[in-house]
Amino acid sequence: MSDRVATARLSRAFVEALSREKNEPDWMLEHRLRCLELFEKLPMPRFGPDLSELDFSDLAYYARPVAPVRSLEELPEEIRRTFQALRLPEAEQKALAGLGAQVDSEVVYRSLLEKVRAQGVIFASMDQAVRDYPWIREYFMKVIPPEDNKFAALHGAVWSGGTFIWIPPGVEVAVPLQSYYRMQTERVGQFEHTLIIAEPGSSVHYIEGCSAPRYTRAALHSGMVEIIAKEGAKVRFTTIQNWSKNVYNLNNKRAWVYAEAAVDWVSGSLGSKVTMLYPTSVLLGPGASTENLSFTFAQEGMWLDAGARAIHKAPHTTSRLVSRSVVQGSGVSVFRGTIRVEEPARGAKAHMECSTLLLSPQARSETIPLLRTETDDVEVGHEATVGRVSQEQLFYLMSRGLDESQALSLIVNGFVSPILKEIPLEYAVELRGLLEMSFEKAVG
Amino acid sequence: MPTLVVEDLHVNVEGKPILRGVDLELERGQVHALMGRNGSGKSTLALALAGHPNYQVTRGRALLDGVDLLALTPFHRARQGLFLAMQHPPEVEGVSLREFLRLACSERGQGFCEFHKHYPSAVAKLAMEGLDSRGLNVGFSGGEKKRSELLQLYLLRPKVALLDEPDSGVDVDALRLIAGAIRDLAQSGTAVLIITHYPRILDHVPPQSVFVLEDGRVAERGGYELAHRIAEEGFEEVLR
Ligand SMILES: Nc1ncnc2c1ncn2[C@@H]1O[C@H](COP(=O)(O)OP(=O)(O)OP(=O)(O)O)[C@@H](O)[C@H]1O
Ligand SMILES: [Mg+2]
Repeated sequence: MSDRVATARLSRAFVEALSREKNEPDWMLEHRLRCLELFEKLPMPRFGPDLSELDFSDLAYYARPVAPVRSLEELPEEIRRTFQALRLPEAEQKALAGLGAQVDSEVVYRSLLEKVRAQGVIFASMDQAVRDYPWIREYFMKVIPPEDNKFAALHGAVWSGGTFIWIPPGVEVAVPLQSYYRMQTERVGQFEHTLIIAEPGSSVHYIEGCSAPRYTRAALHSGMVEIIAKEGAKVRFTTIQNWSKNVYNLNNKRAWVYAEAAVDWVSGSLGSKVTMLYPTSVLLGPGASTENLSFTFAQEGMWLDAGARAIHKAPHTTSRLVSRSVVQGSGVSVFRGTIRVEEPARGAKAHMECSTLLLSPQARSETIPLLRTETDDVEVGHEATVGRVSQEQLFYLMSRGLDESQALSLIVNGFVSPILKEIPLEYAVELRGLLEMSFEKAVG
Repeated sequence: MPTLVVEDLHVNVEGKPILRGVDLELERGQVHALMGRNGSGKSTLALALAGHPNYQVTRGRALLDGVDLLALTPFHRARQGLFLAMQHPPEVEGVSLREFLRLACSERGQGFCEFHKHYPSAVAKLAMEGLDSRGLNVGFSGGEKKRSELLQLYLLRPKVALLDEPDSGVDVDALRLIAGAIRDLAQSGTAVLIITHYPRILDHVPPQSVFVLEDGRVAERGGYELAHRIAEEGFEEVLR
């Protein structure tokens, strides 16, 4: 994007220039403009964290106007230390800092991707896909229409980058696809759009983000994920988010789940200043199911407002929402779990389970379950617990020679293990390392 | 010189004096027994030596190979070579015994390979197969918890092992396993203190010395036969 565009205010002209720059079809420009109008009309969310510091007139929030750091030395001290502790290769550090470096292993990824494409899978950047596949119009922002909320509308107006995945009928993608594969060459946008369409009987696992801290100077990240799992398809979507502590991370994620299909959301949130994230599954066909496994680690000064929603619209649908929140320092963790069983969803089963572990006296947490059922023929279960690390456990582990931060991180790891064990190993190992580091800092 | 020397140890619990001048020596490679009525302060002594924050030492010394333990944090005491097998070990959800021991052993400088060389035979020795992959002590039966403590002790090879009632609630076969592990440890040079109410375990691992705690002090000491006298005549008679 040219500097002229970048320094403009969010306006019709800005959106038009953005669309022109991307060489988009007319329908996308129309869509963007409609979203912009909606954005201006829609109210701010009436719940959750304080967003009053977000200044929409400041274009630093949009697309790519903020200059990335020019060298690793410009990164905040804390992030540099973490990179070093994780022993990340320099190329990877640069990629995470938006320096657009190439990572050596790209060759490996490329051959992997060629295999996947040979199966007929489309795995492309969203920008490119919009130009190449006119039929995307039928799907784009249909699962989450811009009317849904202010940030969805904003996203629709200024989205850029992201991933498009289409899995042909019956095709099972054996290796998880990762946004990471593409991250080395493109700077990660603040408003990336991901659309996954799994045709009947297909399956795919997509992993977004990374556990190492990702630095951006831009203050707002508002991505959108739309998943369509057709009859009998299986989609798992794993997100690991560790944005730097200056970022408002406000996302929309939703799936349509047709008959006998399954969509699983696995999320780990460790970073950002404020996060709002409530992956939603709409169970549309008989036998559709969803699992939502969420782990949040709210540290000093952070507000992580996460949750999960399952909307049962068809008979014999099942949902399981599990969350583990760890809160340190003055962090705030809120879990909003919504289960709605509509009238036709006879024989539905829904279970929600959220546990919170408070690591400091100032740590705050809240669990807000919303259960609504319109039929009697349904099984709904709900459990919630809040606890602190017990002195006895700490002493026990320390009496075996572990220091306080090791003991604490072992206890916390154990607490989040139901979620951690669902996260791919290389990420889980890194997450453990990050947890331990944060306790070293806290225990001092 | 004894491996562990406790001198004139005074300990308060919640401001209340429980120990009032305990003197005790544990010798390298020897087995010792500590007996005493319920509530006489046996667990208090063990926990205070291990550094539990609820037990305030108000006076006295505890030297492990000449190093003053009381100045150290619990994990430094452990790294110095002290181990406490607890009467009531807590449960830790989501952390397997195996994973935990791997970490604890690596902190003691045992490499990955060394750990994996000793681990399977130690697990077999204490019949812990299958239990070691479950949450640490989570849902373990009373006897299983005791074996879990012994497995940890066995792998960590401390200089001083304090065992708080390793025999209570344990069946006959398990008692034999536990006693066997203790014997091995003593043979390899560990100074062992067994806190117990019954001479049964002592028949499997005969102690060189027996201490009896009463009124916050070691009121009586003797050999193996003292344990049997207590079993037959009771504390009232022996301490008269
Ligand atoms: N945390 C505590 N708070 C209050 N009192 C305590 C605490 N721990 C121990 N005590 C008291 O200290 C005394 C000694 O207890 P301790 O557990 O050391 O006895 P013990 O000799 O191990 O007994 P037992 O044979 O029953 O295990 C008891 O009167 C007990 O009630
Ligand atoms: Mg006791």
